Amino acid sequence: MTEVTVVDVIGYIVIFVGVVFDLLGAIGLVRFPDVYNRLQSATKSVTLGTFGIMIGILIVAGFTPLGIKALICGVFLLLTAPVSAHALSRGSLRFGAKMWKGTVIDAYGKDKLGGPQIESEEGETKENKEAEDEVA
Amino acid sequence: MRRVVLFVLSYGLWLLLTLPGGDWPVYVVGAVLALLVAFFFGAEFTHQPLSFLNPRRWFWGIIYIPVFFWHMLVANLDVAFRVLHPACPVKPGIVKVRTVLKTDVAKAFLANSITLTPGTMTVDVDEDVLYVHWIDVLGDGEDVKANTKAIVAKFEKYLRRIFE
Repeated sequence: MTEVTVVDVIGYIVIFVGVVFDLLGAIGLVRFPDVYNRLQSATKSVTLGTFGIMIGILIVAGFTPLGIKALICGVFLLLTAPVSAHALSRGSLRFGAKMWKGTVIDAYGKDKLGGPQIESEEGETKENKEAEDEVA
Repeated sequence: MRRVVLFVLSYGLWLLLTLPGGDWPVYVVGAVLALLVAFFFGAEFTHQPLSFLNPRRWFWGIIYIPVFFWHMLVANLDVAFRVLHPACPVKPGIVKVRTVLKTDVAKAFLANSITLTPGTMTVDVDEDVLYVHWIDVLGDGEDVKANTKAIVAKFEKYLRRIFE
């Protein structure tokens, strides 16, 4: 066992924060009501979380081959995660996945798909409740 | 010219990825791959390859990084708050915003930045209009000017200097 330096501790803290953000993203994936809100949680929290883990590795490993690979990995994640979220959300809208009934406005549906893609009837509420119970 | 820049970039990336180096096959395979990439995808690469050498763009790019990370952190705390709040307070909707950016690269970076920051996610780009899914819509979301000010303005001034 090698000795643990201050830099190592900072690196582990950054990794831990990243893991916490990843966890929050996963919880959001369960709790949010529709595809689009879930994608929000999945892209934002999980991207920062995973990027945090990569930066943590960089701090612990320093500018060694491992650290630099982690950095490149993180940068690619930052560049590609939003693109996939964008593609998924656009695809879902075009496919016809309805938005949650509490949605305020759907400018995209109005302009491109001939009417807002917002679900009208109840039905999502029950599932929502169950998800909340699970978290509690 | 474009192909040369792309070759240098991809070979540099290869060298970073295979960092400790190694025997000569590592460098030869990397060079061949970089050549292939440059040959096939050079035509779709940026139209101003020499802009990579412009120090002013690099300067603003480096300024942009902390600004972007600050917004990203705020975004995450905001989403985390909504996730953990017992009532899950979301008021989602897709709004329209307008951008003044002209080039494709700048628009791509703007869309990516929007996706990674406060409760917003780009759904589609159409000329100068961006459709943005917003987790907490401002008012009824019909006011394109107010939306633009709230979502896009803070990135635009940096991205314009970096990419245009």
